[in-house]
Amino acid sequence: MAGDVVHVPHTATGLDNRKLGMWAFLGSECLFFGSLIATYLLYRGRSIQGPFPGDVYDIPYTSVSSFVLLMSSLTMVLALHAIQRGDHRRLRAWLLATALLGITFVGGQVFEFTVFVREGLTLSRNLFGSSFFVLTGFHGAHVTMGILMLLTLYGMSLTGRLPAERALRVELVGLYWHFVDIVWIVIFTVVYLIPT
Amino acid sequence: MAIAAVPRPSLFRRPRATTGLASWFTTVDHKRIGILYGVTAFIFFLLGGIEALLLRVQLAGPEGTFLDADTYNQVFTMHGLTMIFLVVMPLSSAFFNYLIPLQIGARDVAFPRLNAFSYWVFVLGGIFLYSSFFLGGAPNGGWFGYAPLSSAQPEVGLLPGTGMTFYALGLQILGVASLASAVNFIVTILNERAPGMSLMRVPVFTWMTLVVSFLLLFAMPVIAIALFELGFDRLFGTVFFSPDAGGDALLWQHLFWLFGHPEVYILILPAMGIVSEVLPAFSRKPLFGYAAVVFSGIAIGFMGWGVWAHHMFTTGLGPVANTAFALSTMFIAVPTGVKIFNWLGTMWGGSIRFATPMLFSIGFVAMFIIGGLSGVTHAIVPSDFQQQDTYYIVAHFHYVLFGGAIFGLFSGAYYWLPKVTGRMLDEGLGKIHFWLMLIGFNLTFLPMHWLGLQGMPRRYYTYPEEAGWGFWNFVETVGSFIIAASILVFMINLVWSLSRGREAGADPWDARTLEWSIPSPPPHYNFDEVPVVRHRDELWHRKYAEDERGRPVPVVAGAAEEEHAAEEGHHDIHMPDPSYFPFLAALGLPVIMYGLIYFWPASIVGALITMAGLFGWSLEPVAED
Amino acid sequence: MVILGLLLAACTGQLPYNSLDPAGPVARKQADLYWLVFWIAAGVFVLVEGLLVYAMIRFRRRSADDTPRQIHGNTRLEIMWTILPALLLAGVAVPTVGTIFDLATRPEGEVLEVNVTGNQWWWEVEYPDLGLITANEVHVPAGRPVAINLTSRDVIHSFSVPRLAGKQDLVPGRTNTIYMEAARPGTYLGLCKEYCGLSHANMRFRVIAQEPTEFDEWVEAQREEAAVPPSGSLEAEGLEYFSTGQCIGCHTVRGVETAVGRVGPDLTHLAARGTFAGAIFDLNEENLTRWLEDAPAVKPGAKMPSGLRDMGLTEDQIEAMVAYLLSLE
Repeated sequence: MAGDVVHVPHTATGLDNRKLGMWAFLGSECLFFGSLIATYLLYRGRSIQGPFPGDVYDIPYTSVSSFVLLMSSLTMVLALHAIQRGDHRRLRAWLLATALLGITFVGGQVFEFTVFVREGLTLSRNLFGSSFFVLTGFHGAHVTMGILMLLTLYGMSLTGRLPAERALRVELVGLYWHFVDIVWIVIFTVVYLIPT
Repeated sequence: MAIAAVPRPSLFRRPRATTGLASWFTTVDHKRIGILYGVTAFIFFLLGGIEALLLRVQLAGPEGTFLDADTYNQVFTMHGLTMIFLVVMPLSSAFFNYLIPLQIGARDVAFPRLNAFSYWVFVLGGIFLYSSFFLGGAPNGGWFGYAPLSSAQPEVGLLPGTGMTFYALGLQILGVASLASAVNFIVTILNERAPGMSLMRVPVFTWMTLVVSFLLLFAMPVIAIALFELGFDRLFGTVFFSPDAGGDALLWQHLFWLFGHPEVYILILPAMGIVSEVLPAFSRKPLFGYAAVVFSGIAIGFMGWGVWAHHMFTTGLGPVANTAFALSTMFIAVPTGVKIFNWLGTMWGGSIRFATPMLFSIGFVAMFIIGGLSGVTHAIVPSDFQQQDTYYIVAHFHYVLFGGAIFGLFSGAYYWLPKVTGRMLDEGLGKIHFWLMLIGFNLTFLPMHWLGLQGMPRRYYTYPEEAGWGFWNFVETVGSFIIAASILVFMINLVWSLSRGREAGADPWDARTLEWSIPSPPPHYNFDEVPVVRHRDELWHRKYAEDERGRPVPVVAGAAEEEHAAEEGHHDIHMPDPSYFPFLAALGLPVIMYGLIYFWPASIVGALITMAGLFGWSLEPVAED
Repeated sequence: MVILGLLLAACTGQLPYNSLDPAGPVARKQADLYWLVFWIAAGVFVLVEGLLVYAMIRFRRRSADDTPRQIHGNTRLEIMWTILPALLLAGVAVPTVGTIFDLATRPEGEVLEVNVTGNQWWWEVEYPDLGLITANEVHVPAGRPVAINLTSRDVIHSFSVPRLAGKQDLVPGRTNTIYMEAARPGTYLGLCKEYCGLSHANMRFRVIAQEPTEFDEWVEAQREEAAVPPSGSLEAEGLEYFSTGQCIGCHTVRGVETAVGRVGPDLTHLAARGTFAGAIFDLNEENLTRWLEDAPAVKPGAKMPSGLRDMGLTEDQIEAMVAYLLSLE
């Protein structure tokens, strides 16, 4: 396809170094989030005092913010597709959309957490508070780093530093972004949806 | 090109110097980074060794008063942390860094700046950890930091001082270095091999590096989470390990040992890789069963994930769990045994030359057999109920980590230092080092087996006269000073050889692998031309063919690349430019950690420094894109 | 080497913590299993190290152009030295697993229940069925199985009497159980075997196995309330200081109304114990005096405040209190 410049890597596996590196990193991130989720699951139902999950969760609200994050993966795919076709205006539009959806998600989380705190659930209140906030907090931090990377790509594209030959950078950020999204799906299911 | 048209701020212009002191801060050359790792790790080795001597002086007799309880507890904790995280792991890294590209026929690792970043994070992490001695006391909860002793907030007073906060944060910094390294070497080994070098032709040391890198990739995140939970308990009052809140003290142990057991294979596999290179070179025979050694290494990598609770046999897991882990632990001895037999098979029928590298590798095999056997006895759960937390365990892991890993690393040092420096080390001094170290080591650690069976517990700053442990403790202390003397001999040898050592040439040992096909020291671009590989032990096959009886016969025309080629016009090989940004990115990390302890706005500053480093790193020009 | 070491050590004196000198069925099973595996390991050691030494001698380079055959492995050997060790290990696994379950099974017969709670750095010992609490000493009737239920009030400790049974951990928030039995009367030394802070090395205890009748007498004596000193005596003066001072905030003396603290050991029958402070000091006037004067100075990190510095006691008061404590048989 015209403009579909693919950088042919000269590597023994055929995969670009950076792509292989990102996959390796995401592999380790599986263990990172896996350990946090394991801690949460171990402590489920073992808090001595409340608030307990049933007291604070607002499933409809969190469903909406989950949907927002899910949509951001779609816009991310569209962004990658755009740069691979050489359409830089759409690239920037979709990058910005992804970032904005991500910001909405994080904003929603921050709001959700302030509500929980007001209801008495703090980091140190009980096992639920400690394991919930640390798990979702690390996830939120990962989303935030993703947003920074997206905005950086946006800025690079704006200043002409992101030509189609560098589509790999968008693909790498996309890989990371989709991973963070998948982790959220797991967290949402395991932490919010599956009852104690 | 669109790239050149954009005005580039001078901030992003890459430094060009490759000589001078400043160039060491910006280097991305894997060989220089390897040297940095080696020198730094050796300094930490001396520090850890001094800590060991301090412990031994205190324990030389019953009811000693050389160190008080608090000091002793800090010293034994730091001794463990130093030797594991600041010595054996980075020394292995030194070898990975220097050798992997040379062994696979590459010009550098896949991510040279990430490589530099790993080193700087390591150094800064080590400095952060050691700064604790001056900032309220070093970590004093043991290298294993069991909760809730380690997780209680300092005000609660279960442990004096704030050292365990330095533990939680310092190990996090070091973990970042290891993780970055792991990604780097996985991609390098998988992607940067020379044409024709299939994975089954790669030297065993490179294979072990690959297995270790995968172990690091998956084990480091687990300890990271454990340390976050511990650190948050201490700093922010979370209750992960608080029994009053229902927290499970054993959760820490599970997380820690899920990391900790793969960690011990991370510590030993590189040395096993080294031994697998040295034994063939000095027996003039190939490694007996290459595939068996490689696959047993992979098997150990997998099986190592299934044995962790053998560190927890006495915590009350119940007979079913204990049985399962007893069995998995016993069976991990099988692939280990396969390696030992293959090493024996390598020497068998060979033509053995007892140069210093060979002595240390044979020492490795001999000591590792003992350490491995005592390890099997730990798997016998009822017997472990008597062994656990005694000096019997201390004996085991020093046999495998000192008699094993350290001896292996010294073997590698004597073998490869001529490649690095271009000078041979003195054989006479090397032999003195070896024998002193072997004798001192056994004198120190062999009696610990029966002291342990006689009930002497670990981590005791003193012991009563009535226990009857005084005599052997004294012997062990004498042994530890003999070890110290042997290290001095090595240091003298090293310094002497740098100026007076015989010139090494490209291939002083008549060895088998590609790193010996280039000059010593190698040019900065490693190979004049990327080699085409047709065999395992490619260099050997260029030098020798086999006659009908399988004996090597020199090939007339084949040889190492001509050394003078380095002086000819190979200046058109462009290597990655140096960079400031890995150092900058690394610098922010300890600042973040100090901020978390003392003054949180500093953490913001630290984060900004790291971000600036990362931004510069990703935006600065790269030669090829 | 182990035997040599033990012989040498035996020549130099007693080995009270020696796990290879079992004094009860649990320790004996553990020792027997160890010796079985040890001899097998020793055999493997001799074989493999012997091959190594032989190879070094037989195949050393004799001339500069020594060119050995380039062997590239032998599949049959690989299979053999994979399977044979596995079989050997499987053989060792059988008695191992048997003993694991054996030691985890509650013994037959009338099992004496003891609850031990670990504290930094002393052991609370309670006999729930007999209604008595003591510290740092576990009395058992010789020849009768004992179940010791272990937990901790603060950090992880570990209960270990090598000559009777191995160790089990005291984990806060859980209860673990260790079974043991002393074959003959005697005193068996124990110690903490899980790093628990500053005075981990100063957290010892004693298991005192007695003839059944003597054990019953001991139980009776322990169940009684504390001895009341004759009025006007030095001991009575000490009791006065004790029951109105800070001591009662941490210590229990049954019979003294105000003394119901459980932060420190129960002192009701302190003087019947031969040692104190985690069994690290002999119980005598001199040691008790130093302890009351400044406990943290003689036991690093001790939670008991210094009498002279922190509790404002005078030497005379201490002397009286020591006399009182020594009267608590």
